[in-house]
Amino acid sequence: MKEILKAFGHVIFKMPLGFVVTLKHLFKKPVTLDYPARKKPMAPRYRGRHYLERYDDGTERCVCCGLCAAACPADAIYMEPEQSENGERRAKMYEINLLRCIFCGFCEEACPEEAIFLGQDYEFSDYQRDSFIWTREQMLVPHPRQDNPFKRIYRRVRRVYGVTDKTK
Amino acid sequence: MPEQRTVTLNMGPQHPSTHGVLRVVVELDGERVVKATPVIGYLHTGIEKTMESKLYYQALVCTDRMDYLAPMSNNLGYCLAVEKLMDIEVPEKVQWARVCLAELTRIKSHLVWLGTHSIDLGAMSMLLYTFRDRESIIDVYEACGGQRMMTSYIRIGGLAHELPVDFDKKVRRAVKQVNEGLADYENLLTNNEIFINRTRNVAVISAEDAIAWSLSGPMLRGSGVKHDLRKANPYSGYENFDFEIAYGEKGDAYDRYLLRLKEIRQSLRIINQALDGMPEGPYRARVPGVVLPPKEDVLYKMESMIFHFKIITEGFKAPVGSVYQAIESPKGEFGFLITGDGSNRPRRVRVRPPSFINLASLPRLVEGGMFSDVVCAIGSIDIVLGEVDR
Ligand code: SF4
Ligand code: SF4
Repeated sequence: MKEILKAFGHVIFKMPLGFVVTLKHLFKKPVTLDYPARKKPMAPRYRGRHYLERYDDGTERCVCCGLCAAACPADAIYMEPEQSENGERRAKMYEINLLRCIFCGFCEEACPEEAIFLGQDYEFSDYQRDSFIWTREQMLVPHPRQDNPFKRIYRRVRRVYGVTDKTK
Repeated sequence: MPEQRTVTLNMGPQHPSTHGVLRVVVELDGERVVKATPVIGYLHTGIEKTMESKLYYQALVCTDRMDYLAPMSNNLGYCLAVEKLMDIEVPEKVQWARVCLAELTRIKSHLVWLGTHSIDLGAMSMLLYTFRDRESIIDVYEACGGQRMMTSYIRIGGLAHELPVDFDKKVRRAVKQVNEGLADYENLLTNNEIFINRTRNVAVISAEDAIAWSLSGPMLRGSGVKHDLRKANPYSGYENFDFEIAYGEKGDAYDRYLLRLKEIRQSLRIINQALDGMPEGPYRARVPGVVLPPKEDVLYKMESMIFHFKIITEGFKAPVGSVYQAIESPKGEFGFLITGDGSNRPRRVRVRPPSFINLASLPRLVEGGMFSDVVCAIGSIDIVLGEVDR
């Protein structure tokens, strides 16, 4: 009898607390997003799909030094060098296999030229495996741009690494 | 022919309540469990072996993928082990930031546990509430390391980057959110008659048994053993923080639930202390040739640039010898045994996975009980199959 009374008391006095929680949430703003229509802004450091940066004059920053490929834990980067018209070294071929890539950001950290960055793009499903080999042409961001890319890069570097003063 | 009295049943590997791909072969006599044998290996990825083929700093990314619900704890364990092997002192700020992040990770892992455990037992809405609160912690992760799950933020010798500018604000927001959430969970579950009936006196393990099975973490403390590596063997500056070890009494699933809620509260306490007292300083130790120099130096100083190239391409050479470093991960004692052989890759990395060892006690927990309690027992162990199988 005592047991039953106790359980009864529970049901009457304690269980409604749970219902109150549910009821309270009826009047709250939903935390969910209407995803494909509205997207969550990613953090500045977010590690999405890669892109390669260019200098002001349109030449690419990457010198094909291979540090990113050496740092890559997933061995996702492949590159071949060549000489440009003005005698500078650059990448003839630069491929990232996005199927192997684990988006660790080590390439970004390793790059001494601030050439490769991981962008904010995270939706890249496709029907063919081939389309996941991301090539140099696809990664080189278009040029010229409205804002000064040099400033933009340093903004990005500042955000990512916390570099405070570039004229040190 | 003797009359067969028992039925053998396969539970999993694709059973929603086995938290991944655990398979349990259960022998039933009616509704009673006579024998239960966990079968593992469906998620085996050879992480330990992979780590041996990577440079020390590269092997870090593998640790994220073990216990994917607590990436920062895994990073921390590995980094502490390598730092011990290499004899690296990290700055004080790094220690405090690591403690803060590790405790956030504990909360995050416990929240997922709470959500999935209660969904196993039929409390559907819990998962939504816990994931709502977990999101605020994932926001901190994203701001720090740039990834929502596989952060790789804690690195050998420090952190990957400086803490983000709004770190303090973001963490405080997460703390507030979790604090509010805790009240909801308590109202929904702690006094819920159904939940109590499903978990009280289920999956009981006594203190002696828990020690004998070498359980750790909430599984051990739930039985009343006051053992926490953060107190027993402080690492990363845990001795500077004021907190209590939460522990249960009976060692049943309900005790472990209460204990994990208490642990979340204690973690919130630690995080608040860490935020208030966060010292100033560099975010990485300066150890030339071992720890990557800060990026700004690489861009403007020749010497740093050379070290940067050398570390990235060849890594660093670790001395000959073995170290063992264990941390108190959300699931228990998470240890790394790393053997260096003088080269730039570890000779052997052995992980002591808490989920794996705790899971071994599953037969002990469920044999003799009801079949439907197997789900509760698996849930209350808090396993992550990524870590069990590695
Ligand atoms: S992206 Fe950077 S690290 Fe990679 S090859 Fe180009 S310059 Fe070198
Ligand atoms: S993000 Fe990591 S895995 Fe992907 S290409 Fe860069 S270094 Fe390799």
